Amino acid sequence: MAMIDEPLYPIAILIDELKNEDIQLRLNSIRRLSTIARALGEERTRKELIPFLSENNDDDDEVLLAMAEELGVFVPYIGGVEYAHVLLPPLETLCIVEETCVRDKAVESLCRIGTQMKESDIVEWFIPLVKRLAGGEWFTARVSSCGLFHIAYPSATELFKAELRSMYGQLCQDDMPMVRRSAASNLGKFAATVEANNLKTDIMSIFEDLTRDDQDSVRLLAVEGCAALGKLLEPQDCVAHILPVIVNFSQDKSWRVRYMVANQLYELCEAVGPEPTCSDLVPAYVRLLRDNEAEVRIAAAGKVTKFCRILNPHLAIQHILPCVKELSSDSSQHVRSALASVIMGMAPVLGKDATIEELLPIFLSLLKDEFPDVRLNIISKLDQVNQQVIGIDLLSQSLLPAIVELAEDRHWRVRLAIIEYIPLLASQFGVGFFNDRLGALCMQWLEDKVFSIREAAANNLKRLAEEFGPEWAMQNIVPQLLEKISNPHYLHRMTILQSISLLAPVLGSESTCQKLLPVIITASKDRVPNIKFNVAKVLQSLIPIFDHSVVEQTVRPCLVELSEDPDVDVRYFASQAIQTCDSVMMSS
Amino acid sequence: MTSSMRSFNWKFSQVFGERQPGEKVEEIDIISAVEFESRGDYLATGDHGGRVVLFERTNGKDLRSRKELEHTDSSVTSHPLYSYKTEFQSHEIEFDYLKSLEIGEKINKLRWCASSNNSLFILSTNDRTIKLWKVSDRRVKKIIEMDSNAHISSENALLSEKSFLTDQKIQSVPNGYHLEWITKKPKSTFPTYKESPKMMFKFGECASSRCRRVYSHAHDYNINSISINSDCETFLSADDLRINMWNLEVGNQCFNIIDLKPLDMEDLVEVITSAEFHPAYCNLLAYSSSRGFIRLVDMRQSALCDQNARIFQDRDAHGSRSFFTEIAASISDIKFAKDGRHILTRDYMNLKLWDLHMESSPIVSFKTHEFLRPKLSELYNGDFIFDKFDCCLSRDGRHFATGTYSNTFKVFCHDGGYTDGTRLEASKNPNRVSHSQECQKNAGLLTFFARGLHRRGHENSRFDSSDEIPCDLDSKLIHLAWHPTTNLIACAAKCSLYTYYAESSFNA
Repeated sequence: MAMIDEPLYPIAILIDELKNEDIQLRLNSIRRLSTIARALGEERTRKELIPFLSENNDDDDEVLLAMAEELGVFVPYIGGVEYAHVLLPPLETLCIVEETCVRDKAVESLCRIGTQMKESDIVEWFIPLVKRLAGGEWFTARVSSCGLFHIAYPSATELFKAELRSMYGQLCQDDMPMVRRSAASNLGKFAATVEANNLKTDIMSIFEDLTRDDQDSVRLLAVEGCAALGKLLEPQDCVAHILPVIVNFSQDKSWRVRYMVANQLYELCEAVGPEPTCSDLVPAYVRLLRDNEAEVRIAAAGKVTKFCRILNPHLAIQHILPCVKELSSDSSQHVRSALASVIMGMAPVLGKDATIEELLPIFLSLLKDEFPDVRLNIISKLDQVNQQVIGIDLLSQSLLPAIVELAEDRHWRVRLAIIEYIPLLASQFGVGFFNDRLGALCMQWLEDKVFSIREAAANNLKRLAEEFGPEWAMQNIVPQLLEKISNPHYLHRMTILQSISLLAPVLGSESTCQKLLPVIITASKDRVPNIKFNVAKVLQSLIPIFDHSVVEQTVRPCLVELSEDPDVDVRYFASQAIQTCDSVMMSS
Repeated sequence: MTSSMRSFNWKFSQVFGERQPGEKVEEIDIISAVEFESRGDYLATGDHGGRVVLFERTNGKDLRSRKELEHTDSSVTSHPLYSYKTEFQSHEIEFDYLKSLEIGEKINKLRWCASSNNSLFILSTNDRTIKLWKVSDRRVKKIIEMDSNAHISSENALLSEKSFLTDQKIQSVPNGYHLEWITKKPKSTFPTYKESPKMMFKFGECASSRCRRVYSHAHDYNINSISINSDCETFLSADDLRINMWNLEVGNQCFNIIDLKPLDMEDLVEVITSAEFHPAYCNLLAYSSSRGFIRLVDMRQSALCDQNARIFQDRDAHGSRSFFTEIAASISDIKFAKDGRHILTRDYMNLKLWDLHMESSPIVSFKTHEFLRPKLSELYNGDFIFDKFDCCLSRDGRHFATGTYSNTFKVFCHDGGYTDGTRLEASKNPNRVSHSQECQKNAGLLTFFARGLHRRGHENSRFDSSDEIPCDLDSKLIHLAWHPTTNLIACAAKCSLYTYYAESSFNA
């Protein structure tokens, strides 16, 4: 074994630290449990380490969580799959602790081990474990048991299978809502392992009980079960049993349940198939889009595009589009925002005519929305509608005012967001339009009051140069940029320096030397030390792209001068840059 | 008919933290919350000093499982007795630097959560921050004897003896506070102590309390209520203007479901005084206001519940209206009955029982201290009119209790015919103050509360001397709780906790 070479000493420390009173040390030790196990050897791990860990269920949650995780991958250290059952007792105790994340991890680890175990071992060890937990006095045990049935069930004998099914049925009617919630959320996994005939009888009746539960929190988990069960059932059974449940849920008294339906709608449609979707789920969806509760409308609006994709365009135009129109003037800004983030995707679904006739007015009204989030969401998805369907021209008249307004929004985060989208817009609009309308804006941001905006503006110039190419940048960006170096405010001059250092790699060596370098050198004579040491930093970063002759003739003299500056920071950064000069020269 | 005439004969059971007459009562020791655990096996009190004290039932604790219990109609023969279990410091004084405001450590409310794994969970709150505490019994291992030959250099030694040695040293520290962090170590043995067979262990139990979660920074005003939902997953917290909903597992976010704060605080007409979830329906909650309204809210209808409320309001509130009666109408506490159909409310002068099916008036109304009615303006001047008395009701929902002044509380019966209720004093001799109020003069001579005695001496002539308020306003009994299964009331008088039990008796 590889570990034998490792000295015993650190292992001893690790073992000792398993019992240390410092939680951090215990945690470290638990994290390296596999190392300890390898050092102890398989047999002693089984007979000593694991029993020790089994009793150690009183520790801090963090330690227990780590332990639950480690034990899940412990099979190789205890002598392989035939001994896997040794790991069950410690995990069983962890399944009962009160901290949810520990229990969840223990269940996860048990599942991982259970999938590796031999069928006979499952029957001998795993099924009794599940039964013990399911009949446990504390609800925590029963909660954990729900997540284990799908591992135990396939290996069980007919008799046990019937027992397991009835046990699960009982868990679904447990007094504690936590247990019923756990049963509801694990039902899909369990159902996937149950035979088709039992699925239709036992599981469906369990499921129907859950869908009628008093507790909203249980019913809303049953919504997810609809999708899971729907996939398992034959199409006709699905339509007969699942579809009515979904339709009921979509009219549930509790908005939280309706919200879940709206959120899961696409999965539910997939489960029931296209035909029933068109006939039964469209009305349900329309109701959700017109729900009283804004939260439900938000969820429903966010699924508009996905839902329309599975419908034929005719139905979408007839039923969904009118709702979309209403939502675009919804009283809640969050609803409009959710709609704006997906509505552009509807254009390809509806086709050109419908888009121009119906969708375009909605786009335009959303672009004029009073809340910047809504406008931003439209702009961010512009690429989805351009080219494929209508082209930018139809939108550009409305887009421009919207962009300009966002560009001048008083919240700097909004301005920041629109700057992020400028390269996207530029690529959609093309050079001509950009030069006319947006170029000035990009320059204006360089003089923003907020640093983050100026920084983003500098970065934006670089991305534009990449988009349109160095020549375009030389003509359209550089001249205006270089003018601004004489700005009276030193912070703005600094932004220009930053822009130069970002642009230079894109523009290439020659242009940089001709146009940018003289400006940098001039800036080195600035009266503000901050500018001067930034010059040093910029030069340092640009050294690799200059020719050697340029470095020696222009850059180095400038840096030498700076290195004799009265200001200590300027001298420091200048000397740093000179060192870079030297090393570049040396290496070549 | 006989059953409807049933009334209780209350007897003193226990007292904790009793003070001798004249002994000074520290402000921080005054009890500010009393709450029974859902089965009644535990009782918790909170105080002005931010401490939570737990009492455990010592007799007749039902060891049957919860399920069995539900199927048997429990009829416990002897009344529960409690003993001190543990205490912990739940809240400390804090300072809000943004608002330049000191936040006191006083416990405003306590609520028990569903227990698991022999651990108890309790929510406690002060004015701003709610905390979830876990109290569990931890085994403490003591080493009686040790093999002194511990010079074994293999890791076996490390696995077994070495750390026990350190255990032993620490164990000898007699201070109970050290026990907790010792117990954080794994105490179980690594079963490799073949080399030292003389080792023996003794197990003791010690309750340790740990703060599991903190729910903070959600309230701008003082929290007056917390209530756990029947789904055991969420709870609400209410302050003067807002009600928030939390997930028990998530401390850093909550949802605001009710917000009464007007844009302009000048427009403020009422504040929230108390809020509670329905005992069975997870979607219903009730909250009371300073104007005497109770609103019932269905959380299923929308995410924000400012609207959509049913309002319960005593429309034929009798008597002349005045500035003071408006203030006195403020509801200080609401409690759902176990059946989920009735709500008990307490305002300054009355205890009212409402049926959720009747919005216009309570089905029954009891007067708690009607003799104070002519004195409202004096009570206002002394700020007593703002005292917020708790109320509680029995498991069957037919008996109600609430506190009043002079260290007394009253127990009322819905169908007992005695609308005056039974008056009991929080002392070892509760029936001294009987509702007939005739033997007061004599009984008063025995009382420990000399000040109260003096005042009570004037009671007989209370309608003549209009200046004197006929009770001891400083000895108010605010907090009390009814045992969830049996007829036992725990009430707090200053820093003492009294329990009283009732024997059913039938009187003609």
